[in-house]
This record gives sequence, structure tokens and C-alpha cells, in this order.
Amino acid sequence: MSRVNRATVTQSLSVSFTVGLYGTAFGAASIAAGFSLLQTSLLSLLTFSGASQFAIVGVMGAGGSAISGIATASLLGIRNGLYGLRMAPILKVRGVKRVIAAQVTIDESTGVAIGQEDLGTDAMKAGFWLTGFGVYIFWNFFTILGALGAQAMGNPSAWGLDAAVPAAFLGLVWPRLHGKFEKGLAALSLLIAVALSPFISAGLPIIATALLAVAFGWKAHS
Amino acid sequence: MSALWIGVIGTSALAFALKYLGHSVPEKFLTNPRVLRINALIPIALLSALVGVQTITDKGKWVIDQRLAGVAVALIALALKAPYFVVVISAAVTSAVLYRI
Repeated sequence: MSRVNRATVTQSLSVSFTVGLYGTAFGAASIAAGFSLLQTSLLSLLTFSGASQFAIVGVMGAGGSAISGIATASLLGIRNGLYGLRMAPILKVRGVKRVIAAQVTIDESTGVAIGQEDLGTDAMKAGFWLTGFGVYIFWNFFTILGALGAQAMGNPSAWGLDAAVPAAFLGLVWPRLHGKFEKGLAALSLLIAVALSPFISAGLPIIATALLAVAFGWKAHS
Repeated sequence: MSALWIGVIGTSALAFALKYLGHSVPEKFLTNPRVLRINALIPIALLSALVGVQTITDKGKWVIDQRLAGVAVALIALALKAPYFVVVISAAVTSAVLYRI
């Protein structure tokens, strides 16, 4: 990784900081859902995958069981495995380095790495590591800040946290809704989960929509 | 051990296992286009479901309250291409103001 070009560094750091800031929202949401400061911090340090972290606190905060929370979070984490598949031949790391690389394999590190494709393999590696470590540091720092802030606030509804959490999910799904097909799946998933909520235990209505995604993906013309 | 701890540890263990697995399996594994397509669609379904459940249900009941207004404002902010932070904050402010009046 000698002589990393400036464009890669700039992009990595700006992505790291911007994404890291959202850690504030997670920290606050986690406290509002009833998790302790230690549990909140451990989720950011160990799980380190935004959507999965929001999912576990969202599902369990709404009264869902640990199993349905873990299942929802893990279904959202599958894509990190696919990113690993994409990054492994570029990084070519083993042992402890592979463990570290795996931990920082997320949307942003993979996204920045792939964005450097025209600049060559070294730039891709640099983008991956810089963004991976950068997001890790900022995300964990801002998680603690958000958690402490929420502890100081008290009643989550009085500060709008009850709407900030679904808005955070909406912001995560929005960029993925490219066409009518994706929008249709999103609308149907939302309706089905809400419709099922009074009838099956919390968390299950969300997991049920994964089946809908399988059905949509199975049927779609490639 | 409390349920929340099981959630924290279980989520973290599986999150890492999934990431590490990706780095360790041969590349030709999992390149089936159908599998890739489903993988891209799963987050859309789950995140949309979470939006719905967290906006218009409370403890297993349908509830329309200040949260819906907050999320509606977030939707407008997204349509206007506002940055993520503005989206979240605008929802929080809307909901907080309605809650307090």
C-alpha cells in the first residue's frame, strides 16, 4: 500500500466520516430500545454492520424475541458475505489479517474499493482498508456519543426518536429502490408486515417478508 | 443471561461468521444469478417491513400517531434528495413537536 493516491484517500475519509456520523442515530435508537450503553457499544464494535444493528434493536425493542431479532439481523448480514467473496481475490490475505478484513467488510469499504477499479488493485486495497478502518473508528465513536445523548434525554418519544428509527430504515432502503420491481417489493413488504403484526409475535412479520423477496427474485426475468 | 445479551452476542457472532465465510469460500461458489438477485432483494423487503412496523404498529397493535407524520416528512426529504442526516433529523423534529403539543 505504498504511495496511496490522494483521490482514494479523500474519498475513503469523507465516506468514513459521513457514515460514521450515523452511528449517533444507532446509539440513540439502541438506548431507546432498552439496550445498555455496554450492549450498544458491543453491537457497534462486534456486529459492525449498520442495518443489522438497527434490526436487532428495532425487533427486540418492539418486543420481539432474541431469535427473531438475530434472524432478521443475520438475513441483512448475508450481503457482507457476498462482499467478502468479491474482495477476497483482491486483498489476498490470510490468518489474522483475514479476520480483520472480514470484520471491516461492509457496504462502504466494498463500495469504495470497487469505485477505485480504474486506478488498479493497489488503489482498491487502499480504499478498502482506509474506508473499513475509518468507518470502524467513527462509527464506534459516534455510537457512544448518540447513546450518551439518548441517556441524557429520557423519554424517546419527546425527542422524536420513535420516528427517527423508521426514518433511518427508510433512508437505508431508499437508494435501493431503482425501479418499479423494487418499489413494488418494498410496498408489498411494508403492507404485509404491518398487516401481520397484530396476529403473529413481534419480529416474525419482518422475517416473513424475506420469503417475499425470495419469491420475487425467483420469478424475475434476468 | 438476559434476552438482550443473547441478541447482542448472537447477532455479533453470526455477523462475523457471514463476513468470514465470504472471504473463505471459493469464488465460483454462490455466483448463481438467482441467488445474487434474491440477495439484493432481501434487504429491500426487510428494511421496508421494518419501516412499516416501526411507524404504524406499537406492541402488536396498529397505531397512527406522530411517528407517521415524522416518517412522511422523511419521505418528502428523500424525494427532495436531502442527505441522510437531514432525513432522520427532520423526522425526529416533526414527531417531537407533534408529541409535545
